[in-house]
Amino acid sequence: MNNQQQHQKTMERVQQGLDRRYRKERHFRWLGLGAIILGLLFVSFLFITIISNGYTAFQQTYVKLDVFYDPEMIAPIGETDPEVLSRANYGGLIKASMRQMFPEVTNRREKKVLYGLISTGASYELRNAVMSNPALIGSKAEVWVVADDDVDMLIKGHIDLRLPESDRRIKDNQLGWIHLLQEQDRIEKRFNTTFFTAGDSREPELSGIKGAIAGSFFTLLICLTIAFPVGVAAAVYLEEFAPKNRWTDLIEVNINNLAAVPSIVFGLLGLAVFINFFGLPRSVPLVGGLVLALMTLPTIIIASRAALKSVPPSIREAALGIGASPMQTITHHVLPLALPGMLTGTIIGMAQALGETAPLLMIGMVAFIVDVPGSVMDPSAVLPVQIYLWADSPERAFVERTSAAIMVLLAFLISMNLLAVWLRKKFERRW
Amino acid sequence: MNDTSTAKTGLQSEAGAAMKQNRTAEGTVGEVYVDDPRMTCRNVDVYYGEKQAIFDVSLDVGKNQVISMIGPSGCGKSTFLRCLNRMNDTIDICRVTGQIKMDGQDIYDGGLDVVPLRASVGMVFQKPNPFPKSIYDNIAYGPRIHGLCDDKQHLDSIVEKSLQRAGLWEEVKDRLDQPGTGLSGGQQQRLCIARAIAVSPEVILMDEPCSALDPIATAKIEELIDELRENFTIAIVTHSMQQAARVSQRTAYFHLGKLIEVGETDQIFTSPRHKLTEDYITGRFG
Ligand SMILES: Nc1ncnc2c1ncn2[C@@H]1O[C@H](COP(=O)(O)OP(=O)(O)OP(=O)(O)O)[C@@H](O)[C@H]1O
Ligand SMILES: [Mg+2]
Repeated sequence: MNNQQQHQKTMERVQQGLDRRYRKERHFRWLGLGAIILGLLFVSFLFITIISNGYTAFQQTYVKLDVFYDPEMIAPIGETDPEVLSRANYGGLIKASMRQMFPEVTNRREKKVLYGLISTGASYELRNAVMSNPALIGSKAEVWVVADDDVDMLIKGHIDLRLPESDRRIKDNQLGWIHLLQEQDRIEKRFNTTFFTAGDSREPELSGIKGAIAGSFFTLLICLTIAFPVGVAAAVYLEEFAPKNRWTDLIEVNINNLAAVPSIVFGLLGLAVFINFFGLPRSVPLVGGLVLALMTLPTIIIASRAALKSVPPSIREAALGIGASPMQTITHHVLPLALPGMLTGTIIGMAQALGETAPLLMIGMVAFIVDVPGSVMDPSAVLPVQIYLWADSPERAFVERTSAAIMVLLAFLISMNLLAVWLRKKFERRW
Repeated sequence: MNDTSTAKTGLQSEAGAAMKQNRTAEGTVGEVYVDDPRMTCRNVDVYYGEKQAIFDVSLDVGKNQVISMIGPSGCGKSTFLRCLNRMNDTIDICRVTGQIKMDGQDIYDGGLDVVPLRASVGMVFQKPNPFPKSIYDNIAYGPRIHGLCDDKQHLDSIVEKSLQRAGLWEEVKDRLDQPGTGLSGGQQQRLCIARAIAVSPEVILMDEPCSALDPIATAKIEELIDELRENFTIAIVTHSMQQAARVSQRTAYFHLGKLIEVGETDQIFTSPRHKLTEDYITGRFG
């Protein structure tokens, strides 16, 4: 067989196999594409449910009342003493206004149901109005006040009117009054500022996430101020100074293991060490931050070491070669180049910490706290725990608030991750 | 800055020829010692862990001379060169024994700090490695950390002088604030040379400084090396025998970690005395 024939034969063989090879490649591509589409489907399903459940929480139903700031019920005209003004019976003003609107309601039981259309928080609104402007006393005004959460749910269409009356939170007589109010244009949906300016509350229409956001902020602040410097210092030592021996190997293995420890274990550790041993108070961001710092430390150390490793040795050699000391080499050249990578790792660690719930439950950050925390020593909730608490509440109005809080949390997480991506892009390989 | 009374190469070789016999170290052919050495190495062994990379090398580096080191890949040229400014200290497993002196002082002496040593023995690497900073800061870094400049004006003049000596000033004087990494490969390498001379070292070590460069850039660097010889002592590792012949006065031939032959560059390339050297020079090996 001469060379020409041999070549001919080879080519035939190759041709035969070619089809099969390409088919395999096509199949693999379809498989990959399918996996991606499936993933995207899940993600979009998640987003669609959360958004469709939660967007209504950003609106709140208000009712317009004609309020007479009755001097007899508040204080004589001209009174400015805040002490007196704050103690007055503002709930009575609202009740009076309601009675005036629906004079036909006389039965005590029915009256109580009528008053229930308005949130208990409405009296605080009136009080605040009077206290900031005592001249109101004696005047009449139209005031928009927060409706009760059941009314809110009805207006938003979350109450099924086909159910028998006894199964509904809104009774038939309430329905009638609400229709009347609607006919008079006294009911309106407005932007729900309370959601962003209040702490937690038993009443859904009065509850907000400001307390949780502040709690998360303080917790992350503590976490960052501890985990970042400690993590970077540990990484620099391990990467640049530590001798390579069995001890450093052991440390390295342990750090990697620590990263894989379930987060609840850190919560137990925090409970034992910070609360039981050091006697720090429960439910405070200080302890939460310490626990989360323990948890994110391995992430930061590992990311920082990777960032240090990726600095080309030629830069170190250049610096050492003109007589920079090892410390100067690190602080002047290696660290600045590794910093973006370290920051990226830190932000991702922080994002993890922000979404962490389990260890915080262990240290008591699951308490019901109404006040917005003002420092790291004030008891507080954090966003994910707030979500957990609301998800557990029976009121329908908390369902949409749960989803809304999830949206806020996701917004924070996504912006943190975008920041990390942006940092990485911006400082990508400059050498 | 250096003494200008350095023996001319011709003179030196005559003096050397007279004493050739007793100037030869064991295992090495040719004159290992020079009359006016800047650095002297005696019986240097280098180990990477268990593995020995340099075997009993003794060699002098003469003042204001260029000495080139040639040999097949992996024979230990870089390893030996990096002993001269203790760059091997950065490799954990590397161990150096023997004696290396600079101007009479043992550089491996426990009391000696590597920082001043590296300030007086500069190094230029195979791949240009400017800092990812401005051209100005690249040059100014050395003088700054060693506190060589009194004020901004002084620093400016050091930067300008170093760039001029490296033949780069005309090309970059308008863009000193731009990153050094933005220069061409050849320019980057001259920037690295300028960075090395900015701290006024006495010796400059170069490890294949032209291997990443095109012929024109290489020619420029070679020219530069020739000029720098006036003020500095230079040890250069190269794979190009033409380059060794063009720029150096003395040449050392390494083989498998041993120093086989040293001598005047002319002599090594025209009449090598050792069989291995001859094979390498004539292209039969390596
Ligand atoms: N960091 C190191 N660890 C272990 N062995 C090393 C190390 N550096 C070099 N060696 C070994 O030492 C010997 C000499 O290496 P060296 O780099 O000095 O050779 P070279 O002559 O410079 O080669 P080339 O011309 O390829 O640059 C080689 O056998 C090499 O494998
Ligand atoms: Mg080499």
